[in-house]
Amino acid sequence: MSTQQTALKGTVKERAQLALNNDFLRQAVRFTTERLRSGKLKAAEEHGNWDEWRERGRQIRLHTIAHLDYYLGEFATNARENGVHVHFAATAQEAIQIGLAIAQAKEAKSAVKSKSMVTEEIHLNQALQSLGIEAIETDLGEYIIQLANEAPSHIIIPAIHKNRYQIAELLSEDAGEQLPPETSVLAGYVRKKLREKFLQADIGVTGCNFAIAETGSIVLFENEGNARMVSTVPKTQITFMGMERIIPSWADLEVMATLLPRSATGQKLTVYMSGISGPKRADDGDGPEEMHIIILDNGRSLQLGDPEFQELLNCIRCGACLNACPVYRHIGGHAYGGTYSGPIGAVLTPALKKNVAEWDDIANASSLCGACYEACPVKIPLHDMLVSLRRRKVEAGHGNALESAGMKGFAGVMSSSKVYHSTLKLGKLGQKLVVRDGGIPAKIGPLKGWNSHRIAPSIAKKLFRERYGELKAELGQQVKANAEVEQRMQQWLKGRQDGGISHE
Amino acid sequence: MRLFANYGIVLEFPNVQTCCGQPAYNSGYWEEAKAAAKTIISAFADSDFVITPSGSCAHMVHHYVEMFKDEPQWQEQARKLQGKMFEFSQFLVGVLGIKDLGAHFPHKVTYHPSCHGSRLLGVKSEPMELLRNVRGLEFVPLPFAEDCCGFGGTFAIKMADISGAMVSEKVDHLIETEAEVLVGLDMGCLMNIAGNLRYRNQPVRVMHLVELLYEGVSNSNEHAANGA
Ligand code: SF4
Repeated sequence: MSTQQTALKGTVKERAQLALNNDFLRQAVRFTTERLRSGKLKAAEEHGNWDEWRERGRQIRLHTIAHLDYYLGEFATNARENGVHVHFAATAQEAIQIGLAIAQAKEAKSAVKSKSMVTEEIHLNQALQSLGIEAIETDLGEYIIQLANEAPSHIIIPAIHKNRYQIAELLSEDAGEQLPPETSVLAGYVRKKLREKFLQADIGVTGCNFAIAETGSIVLFENEGNARMVSTVPKTQITFMGMERIIPSWADLEVMATLLPRSATGQKLTVYMSGISGPKRADDGDGPEEMHIIILDNGRSLQLGDPEFQELLNCIRCGACLNACPVYRHIGGHAYGGTYSGPIGAVLTPALKKNVAEWDDIANASSLCGACYEACPVKIPLHDMLVSLRRRKVEAGHGNALESAGMKGFAGVMSSSKVYHSTLKLGKLGQKLVVRDGGIPAKIGPLKGWNSHRIAPSIAKKLFRERYGELKAELGQQVKANAEVEQRMQQWLKGRQDGGISHE
Repeated sequence: MRLFANYGIVLEFPNVQTCCGQPAYNSGYWEEAKAAAKTIISAFADSDFVITPSGSCAHMVHHYVEMFKDEPQWQEQARKLQGKMFEFSQFLVGVLGIKDLGAHFPHKVTYHPSCHGSRLLGVKSEPMELLRNVRGLEFVPLPFAEDCCGFGGTFAIKMADISGAMVSEKVDHLIETEAEVLVGLDMGCLMNIAGNLRYRNQPVRVMHLVELLYEGVSNSNEHAANGA
């Protein structure tokens, strides 16, 4: 889609600038992420043992990914026994080819889709349309961005960057009549329109939230009921899933069903949770006659065995890290330039491609505040991964020449306090020219960006390291012995020696 | 130093120390970060406790162990340093058990918990306890206090506009509280917030918790002297 190409143009910085200048976008994103974020916090608190469950979730994911080949094998065998056609695709192109071949064999004219990030990742809609097959998104948010010819800007709220009025405009154009900006009216219009599409469609395309190895079933979480329609009405169902969506058993699903909706929207339960174990059986009332599952690698297996990035595969795509991220809140999803945005996108996109250079500055778009890690229901250390990405870029020789020279200088200065001290002194001399009222307002050199939003502090007239000697001499006489404090310190030291007390 | 002297503790400032290396580490320059780390490790090799006024620097030392995974000798040293490194309020409350310094500070104060100190190092209750025991202090909570102020070290320079949007939002919330003083535990964040306040000509005073407590203790002493 042309928009995805547009989204990719320029650097993160340039794309972020577009977003920062777009007040509608910033307000819309801030409003919704705040709602989701506080909903999540409330749900976690009400749950009571949130951190324990996070740890359970993490353990399940760690275990599954460590034995991914085994569980994938088990899943495929069981799904095939249920009568499902299971395909493995190494790349996005392969997945597309398999999907298109099925559609062509069915002489399909139209497909209805429920929300799926994997089909966004491989750009399935464009491929279907190139064969003249109409592809209709049936999730309300996805339907809206499809009309706008845009890519989703959030993992679970695709149209998060649009407000009610913008949505009303888009839908009015679609309807050929003016619709009021009222959510119920707009949703009503889309529901009616989609009903016809469901009935006409030859193919239903779904994603997959979890795939259960022990029975070869797929599980879909949704709130609108559209995924149910997609997976029951059309004669053929094609499910696209990332190879890491697996969990071993239905018992594990209980943990995921606790973590996912709460983290995503603050809901205790998702409105519809469907488990699908195969095509329609003789005595089933509905369901597809034929069912395919396409399991996609597309760079995922590159993370296996990589100690810094394997945990990326633990992600359950809840979007909590986006909602918690202070950078995402200001720049929205499109600024990240890929299908996946926010903190998870900033790591996943370069990792899937094993090509940090191409995604140049994306890892820099973070203050490393760790809010993503804190929000993540399976505790993925995204902030550490961002640092690893930066390091790999530097190691691969893709660092910025100026910065690299600066950091070499940093190492020289910081490895010797003498040099450090004289550098500070030199800095003090240099700043004589630019300091005003104890601050540096001038927008010069590396301070240019900083000083567009702040006034930089100047270096103290007398450095602490210069004052320390006097201070110590002065206090020498004043130090009052305090038995209790002394005892506590000794206790702590003893504990450390015995290896008992530690604050790590 | 003056605060600690009251409790019989002598603070040493090894003049050979420099910076913990976080700017280089976070930017991906680990070799350069290691150079700084070695200086810090050596500087504090003989100390029983190492106290830093920045939670971020304290947490950086936790990365040393991983950084030196191919240099076992340094790694061992790094582990030792990590065990004895404390953020200021953590040391005061956690180790020394001091929660009340007898400080007096009759102002409206709000608190910004810096990300690395509170989220990564886990220093959350200690500063609140110290503040609660300051006489005359009126505490007002900061809305969305946990949100990052946008500093992020080199991030503030490299992604200046995103960082600027973040610090402006932080300062908006700060102004909403009508506090006279913003207190924090991390000089980087405080410098960032203070810079934006100055840029916007806002009179809120920005203080490190140590500064506030010191001023508070001095106030009490003066009080006592005047009263006597
Ligand atoms: S990284 Fe964690 S918080 Fe972010 S989408 Fe994945 S599971 Fe959710």
